[in-house]
Amino acid sequence: MISFNKYYNHFNLLSSLLIVVSLLLLIFKGLNFGIDFKGGTLIELRASDSKINVSSLRDRFNQMDLGDVSVKKFGNDTDFLVKFENKDNKKNIIEEIKVNLDKSFGNNYDFRRVENVGPKVSAELLKSGVIAISLSLALMLIYIWIRFEWQFSLGAILALFHDVIVTLGVFSLFSLEINLSIIAAVLTIVGYSMNDTVVIFDRVRENLRKYSDIKIFELTNISINETLSRTIITSATTLLALLAIYFFGGEILKGFSLAMILGVVFGTYSSIYIANTVLVRLRVSQKTVLREDEKK
Amino acid sequence: MLYFSKLRILFITLFSVLFILIASSNLFKFDDNFFDKKINLGLDLQGGSYLLLEIDNEPVIEQKLQNLTTTIRNYFKEKNIKINNIKINNQSIFFNVIDNDKQSVLNVFQDENSDLNPYYPRFKSHQLEIEDTGLNFKVNFSRQGLIKLKTSSQDQAIEIVRRRVDEVGTNEPNILKRGNNRILVELPGLDDPMRIKSLLGKTANLTFRFVTNDENDRFGVENLKFENGLEEATVSKRIIISGENLLDAQPKMDTQTNQTIVSFTLDRVGAKRFGKATSNGIGKQLAIVLDGKIISAPVVRDTIASGSGQISGGFTFQTATDLALLLRSGALPAPLEIIEERTVGPDLGQDSINAGMIALAIGFTLVIIFMIVKYKIFGLITNVTLIVNLFILLGILTLFEATLTLPGIAGIILTVGMAVDANVLIFERIKEELKDETNNIFAFDGGYIKSRTAILDANITTLLAAIILFFMGSGPVKGFAVTLGVGIFTTLFSVYFIARLFTSIYVSRNKDKEKLI
Repeated sequence: MISFNKYYNHFNLLSSLLIVVSLLLLIFKGLNFGIDFKGGTLIELRASDSKINVSSLRDRFNQMDLGDVSVKKFGNDTDFLVKFENKDNKKNIIEEIKVNLDKSFGNNYDFRRVENVGPKVSAELLKSGVIAISLSLALMLIYIWIRFEWQFSLGAILALFHDVIVTLGVFSLFSLEINLSIIAAVLTIVGYSMNDTVVIFDRVRENLRKYSDIKIFELTNISINETLSRTIITSATTLLALLAIYFFGGEILKGFSLAMILGVVFGTYSSIYIANTVLVRLRVSQKTVLREDEKK
Repeated sequence: MLYFSKLRILFITLFSVLFILIASSNLFKFDDNFFDKKINLGLDLQGGSYLLLEIDNEPVIEQKLQNLTTTIRNYFKEKNIKINNIKINNQSIFFNVIDNDKQSVLNVFQDENSDLNPYYPRFKSHQLEIEDTGLNFKVNFSRQGLIKLKTSSQDQAIEIVRRRVDEVGTNEPNILKRGNNRILVELPGLDDPMRIKSLLGKTANLTFRFVTNDENDRFGVENLKFENGLEEATVSKRIIISGENLLDAQPKMDTQTNQTIVSFTLDRVGAKRFGKATSNGIGKQLAIVLDGKIISAPVVRDTIASGSGQISGGFTFQTATDLALLLRSGALPAPLEIIEERTVGPDLGQDSINAGMIALAIGFTLVIIFMIVKYKIFGLITNVTLIVNLFILLGILTLFEATLTLPGIAGIILTVGMAVDANVLIFERIKEELKDETNNIFAFDGGYIKSRTAILDANITTLLAAIILFFMGSGPVKGFAVTLGVGIFTTLFSVYFIARLFTSIYVSRNKDKEKLI
C-alpha cells in the first residue's frame, strides 16, 4: 500500500500555490484569446514556393494596414497561420489580401482556411462559453450534492475548481490560444475530474460504513489504494487516446488535446490530493455517513 | 448477473450485427435506396463555407415609420382631427393635436379593434405604443410589434437569400434562421465564397428614376453618385419602376455595340408605367439606380412600350450575370451583414479526415495493446467490446444522420479511451472480491453489483458536461458533444450486455480456476 496520506499537507500547499499563481497569471497576464472570442480574421495559408516564409508574409501583411498582424508557422514549413484584428471590419478584406499577395507571390499560395468573426459574434461566443463552464460547474455541484454528504461535495468542487483554474493558468503562462475547442476541452475536463473523484469517494463512503474504528486519515488512504489501479488504467488509456490526437490528429486539434491532457493529469492528481484531504480536514467520520443514511 | 437467457443473447447479437452493418454502410455505396443513410461530414471535414448573416432592420423600421406618418395623417384627417408637427426622431413618431382631440387619438391607438394599430391578443399587446409626453404624442413600435417586424423581414430575407444561393447552384446549401434577425448559410464544398458573399452583401434595390434639374420636384430630389464613384447626378425621388416590376433579367451581348448588357422584361403594370414615362420623357435622362448608386443614366430616345429593355453600364460578363441574378431573385428587405465567416478548403478537410482517422487508429491500437498486456483474457473481452462499441456509436450516428466534425472525431477517440473505465471498474472489483471469496461466480456477481454506482456516477457526470456543450456549443464543438454523449450510452450498453455476456461465458467455463483474473 502506498502512503498517499503522508504527503497530504505537502501537496495541499503545492496546490494552493498553483492556484494562487494561476489566478495571478489569469488576472495580470490574462488569456490569449483567439479570434473566436476576440474577433478578427484568421487565414491558414499553404505555400508552394520557398520564397514565402514567415518574414516575407509578415512584410506583406504589415503593408496592408490591418492592425495587429501575427504570422506563425502552422505544423510544417509550408503552412502558415495569419491572424489580424480587422479593426474596421472591412467587408472585402479577403479579396484585397489576395490581390495584394498575388502581386508578390503570384499563384504560389493557397488559402486553406479563412475565419472571420465579427465583434458582436465574438462577444456572444465568449459569453456563452463562460455560461457553459459556469453551468457545468453548477450542475456538477447539484449532482454531487444530491449524491453525497456536503463534505464530499465541497471536496469534489474544490478539486474541480483546482483543475479548471490550473489548466487555464498553464494556458496563460505559455500564452496558448483559447478558442471554442478549448471551452469544449474544459467542459470535458470538468466531467472527467468529477468522474475520477466520484469513484474514489464512492469507495470512501463504502469503507466509512464498513469500518468504524479507522480514522478518516487512514481510511482515505485505503480507499485511494483500493481504487488506484482503476485510476491508473483509466487515466492511462484516456491519455493514450489523447496523445494520439495530440501527435497525429492534426494541427487544429493540438490545443484541444493539450488542454485535455493537462486536465486529465490535474484531474487525477486532484482526486487524490485535494478531494480526499478536504474530507480529512473536515473530520468526516462514520457518523457523517450514518446520519445521512438515517435521514433517508 | 451471470445468467443470460437465449433470447437475450440473440437480441444482443442481432443488435450488434445490425449496428455493425449500419456503420459499415458508410464505406460502401449502395446503388438503390436500400439504405441511404450516411454520417454527414461537417464543413470542417468536407470543406465549405459557413456564413452568419445579420439583418440590419433599422432602415426597415425607418421606412415603416415613414409610411406610418402618412397613414396617421390621412387616418385622422378623415376623423377631422388635425395632426401637427409630425416628425420622426430616434425610431419614434412625434406629433401634436389640440387638447380636445387628445382623448380620441388615444382611444384610436388603444382600441383592441383599431385598424390603425393592430392588436395581438396572444401577446396582449398592440403593434404600436403611444405615450403622452405632455408636450406631444410619442408613437413607437411595441416589443411585440418590433418582433413581428423583425420576423417578417427575416422571412422575406431568407427567401431571397435562398433564391440567390440556389441560382449560383452550389450543392445542398443549408439555410436556416437564427434568432429573429440572423440567417445562417452553410455551403458545403464551396472553397471560395467570394462570389456568394458579394451577392449576399447587396440589397439589390433597383429603381428607374428621372434625372432632374428641378430642385422643387414635387417628390423631392437627391444627389446620387455613379457606380464609378466619380460623377454625381440629381435624381428625382419619384420611382418610375422598381425591381418588383421585373419578370426576368438576363445577361446578353449587345451585337451592335459589342457590350455586355442586362436585358429585362417587365410585368404588365411595369410595362404600362415604363411606356408612359418614356413617351412623356423623350430627351430626358433616365437613371437606373441600384442600392443608392447610379449604374447608368441613358437618354430616352423612344417610347418603350414592349415592356422590355436593357441596362448597360460597362459590365463584364461576370458582373452582368450577377446583376441579372440579383434582379431575378429580388431585393432584400434590409441590408445584410456577414458577421461570422468560416471557410475550409476541401484539401484541408481531407487532411483533417486523414489525421483524425490516423489518430483514431493509433489511439485505438494503443488502448487495445495496453488492455491485453494489463488484463490478458479480460483485456481481450474489453477490446472486443470496444470494437463493437465503436461500431454501435458509428451506427447510431449514421442512423440519425448526425454531422461528424473534427472535434467529433476527437470525441470518438476520447470515448475509446474512457470506455474501458467501466470495464476496469468491474474487473478491479472482481479482483477484490476474489481476495475473500473462493467462489468465482459469487465474486463475478459481486464485482458487477458493487461497481454499479461508481460507473453510473462517472457516466452521468460526463453526460452532463456533454449535454451543456450540445446546447451551448456551436458548429464543430457541437459535433464533439454529440459523439461524446452518444458514446456514453453505447459504452454502457456494450459494457453491460456485450462484455458481461463474454465475461459470464468465460467465468462459467472457468468456475474452479485458481487465478481467474
